[in-house]
Amino acid sequence: MSYIPNRHRIQQEMLEAIGVSSVEDLFKDIPESVRLKGPLNLPGPFPEWELVRRMEDLAGRNRPATRLLSFLGAGCYNHHVPAALLHLIQRSEFYTAYTPYQPEVSQGTLQAIFEFQTYVARLTGMEVANASLYDGASSLAEAVLMAQRIRKGRSRVILPTTVHPEYRQVVRTLVGPLRLEILEPPETATLEADWEVLKDLLDSKVSCVVIQNPNFFGTIEDLDGIRDLAQRAREVEALFIVLIVEPLSLGILLPPGEYGADVVAAEGQSFGIPMSFGGPHLGLFATRSAFVRQMPGRLVGQTRDARGNLGYVLTLATREQHIRRERATSNICTNQSLCALAAAVYLSMAGRTGLQRLAALNVNRTRQAMDALDGIEGFHIVQRRCFNEFVARPPVPPSLLNQRLMERGILGGLDLSRFDSRWEGLWLLCCTEKTSLEDIQTLRKSIEEIVDV
Amino acid sequence: MSERPDLCSEASSGLLFREPLIFEMGAEGRTAVQVSPEEVEGWRELLPPGYVRESLPLPELTEPEVVRHYTRLSQWNFCVDSGFYPLGSCTMKYSPKVNDLVASLEGFTGIHPYQPLQWIQGALCVIYELEEMLAEITGMDAVTLQPAAGAQGELTGMLIVKAYHEHRGEKRRKVLIPDSAHGTNPASCALCGFEVIQVPSDTRGLLAPEALETRMTPEVAALMLTNPNTLGLFEEDILELTRIVHDKGGLVYCDGANLNALGGVARLGDMGVDLVHMNLHKTFSTPHGGGGPGAGPLGVKAHLAPFLPAPRVEKGPNGFALREDYPLSIGRVKAFYGHFAVLVRAYTYLLSNGPQGIREATETAVLNANYLRVRLRDVYHLPYDRICKHECVFTDRNQAPKGIRTLDIAKRLMDYGFHPPTIYFPLIVKGALMVEPTETETKETLDRFIEAMKRIAQEEPEVVRSAPHTTFLARLDEVSAARRPVLVAPTP
Repeated sequence: MSYIPNRHRIQQEMLEAIGVSSVEDLFKDIPESVRLKGPLNLPGPFPEWELVRRMEDLAGRNRPATRLLSFLGAGCYNHHVPAALLHLIQRSEFYTAYTPYQPEVSQGTLQAIFEFQTYVARLTGMEVANASLYDGASSLAEAVLMAQRIRKGRSRVILPTTVHPEYRQVVRTLVGPLRLEILEPPETATLEADWEVLKDLLDSKVSCVVIQNPNFFGTIEDLDGIRDLAQRAREVEALFIVLIVEPLSLGILLPPGEYGADVVAAEGQSFGIPMSFGGPHLGLFATRSAFVRQMPGRLVGQTRDARGNLGYVLTLATREQHIRRERATSNICTNQSLCALAAAVYLSMAGRTGLQRLAALNVNRTRQAMDALDGIEGFHIVQRRCFNEFVARPPVPPSLLNQRLMERGILGGLDLSRFDSRWEGLWLLCCTEKTSLEDIQTLRKSIEEIVDV
Repeated sequence: MSERPDLCSEASSGLLFREPLIFEMGAEGRTAVQVSPEEVEGWRELLPPGYVRESLPLPELTEPEVVRHYTRLSQWNFCVDSGFYPLGSCTMKYSPKVNDLVASLEGFTGIHPYQPLQWIQGALCVIYELEEMLAEITGMDAVTLQPAAGAQGELTGMLIVKAYHEHRGEKRRKVLIPDSAHGTNPASCALCGFEVIQVPSDTRGLLAPEALETRMTPEVAALMLTNPNTLGLFEEDILELTRIVHDKGGLVYCDGANLNALGGVARLGDMGVDLVHMNLHKTFSTPHGGGGPGAGPLGVKAHLAPFLPAPRVEKGPNGFALREDYPLSIGRVKAFYGHFAVLVRAYTYLLSNGPQGIREATETAVLNANYLRVRLRDVYHLPYDRICKHECVFTDRNQAPKGIRTLDIAKRLMDYGFHPPTIYFPLIVKGALMVEPTETETKETLDRFIEAMKRIAQEEPEVVRSAPHTTFLARLDEVSAARRPVLVAPTP
């Protein structure tokens, strides 16, 4: 292929320098019996124009939510990605570098990640943040594992159903080998965490309790309830983990650091990362300084060079697998660098005013959608204290409603029965800054027509 | 905060600019995201008092300021597109641009993971066919694309090893790992609750069947092997090694980080390997992004397929579907379906290369590594002098008497315009310099690198020890960074 330069005469020269007569000689250490005799059964090669045509055809067999009227959220949000951001993260210098092991030639990535860590700490109200993890779900799993390291010997984790179901599945898979008892107390009828039940479950057998806020149903959790629970967690010395799946909410909502969080695990996709069918996204992880040496993942720290100039390096590597091997705090080797850069650029572009307004616009649009749907006969809005998602109970089954909306080119809300049969009839909708008032009216009219028939 | 004492103006050297932290820039009221103030009126009344944050300590900048800031930062980076990056075990090959063009199509970037099946057939086709292609390349029967990175692929694999033995009612708590392994191997095992038993390499730099045989007991769940290993050497006794493990009821896991030495030439699945993870950002050219996102698919043999993470893509008469009900599945390792945008790039790369291209990539990667090995071994100590695969490992033994160590050589290479190799790894080689050229580098580049390495060996020790001299910053103090960690900028 065109990516391979050393062929023909040059290849011959190199083989002579090596002292072998053919390329095959370089593979004689592989047992003859398992060396492939013929070509692999693979498609291609295709010239670039044919390649692009094939891929455009495949892309054309998807109907992207960004081109439809979409009300899907649930952990993956249809926010606007600024053009300048897409431009910056595609710069070769960021895009085709690797982990900044050699700081003298990686200051760009290192300073950008240091800025990212600062952004995450400031948004969450925590003291320190890492250089990012794979996604919100792996951040949560790593937070639980960290709690287990700090509170060794404890056997229970409290993970209520107000936490995203897929996140709970990931936690169960990844902490499975620790043989912990994972308690999953159900939400209340108003789709909030059940504070009394949670407090009752919290005792000195529990290493950590997790609260998602806004929760999986979009509900902004009751602050008194949260503070009570945090207090109870402190009393029994369990870690209080706050999960943020929609980080844009931090543009206006109280940061978890101000309501007692020991660890904040979060998803950062809303900050300038395309939905891309669910990945790659961005795991955020912040905690208190006291736990810094128990943190998972890469960290960038400030230092000076031999001439006294300020600079940045990867630091506290003694926590990590390449040094500590089986005793490392995590097996994670890289971060989600380019996505972290995207988040840093996004937050720089939005800034204080922009982020607050974006968040406020999400709240307003969502309330406008709630009000519009509330006027439809038989339609019930379950909980109104929301950021940009809410659950409705439509008069017809959500699956049927979605089917009919699809015929009109609309992606409706999420039918929550896909996760739990208890959630039959619940429909989770999301509005963002991209949802216009006309979009909301279109949704309302379409539903009215469907329900009317 | 931002003082760089030797700089009195914006310009430093050439076109590299000084640049403060973003938090020291901007002015009140600026933003690069326009939201009309009228549209956000009234939002405070929609939330209970006390729920709204009082301070949001973010900078305020315009779009041109942000673009200039990050453009300047980018210019402090070395990257594959600007130069030779022979970082061993990382496979820093060229990332073809067409892959990015294709991955940025809205039909891929704009889809939501919970869209109805009818509207994601193209995405499911990419997943299904990429799984098939990777299975063909590695000789495996089934592949999952869910793992986010190589380390997560390993973890997924070892969770499957654990589930497999438990399902058969066997208690196997130990995993054998050669002393040359990547650090992620033992770390992933530890997360699964396995006890790690290290197996020493022999004088060839390989795992000897005898060393394995004595340790392979009925308590051993698996051998975790890297092949070619981190010395860049193919484990010649692989057929014997996998037989020993299988005879005692164990499984063989292969870390596929070094698959760039095998594609199209031989398949691990044909050698008795039961599970292998691949790094799409290494072998299959997806961009490294400054340290992620990558992707770490896992391939397994048929007897392990029931344990793969769910959901999985299935092909039926009505197109592709997502299936959740796999009763033996270890569960989900990641939300949604993996790093889809990375998968699209790898898929495109495979289509553009075809079977012949994959084989030629492997052959040239191995050719380039052996060329470096032979051309540099007279100057740099080569502890294992035999045909290597995609990389080779030198040491600083010949230079150490002059007071020049591996770190110094690495830093001095920067002055010659090269990214340093991986250093001090594998741990079994003292002062290791691990060089992986990849197939996309020209002989001319390799010759210049060889020349630079030879010159460094001749230079005044003091010049080498105080390198780099031409970079934006001089050598950075990593020790004091770790002693008093400053991980975030101070809050105003």
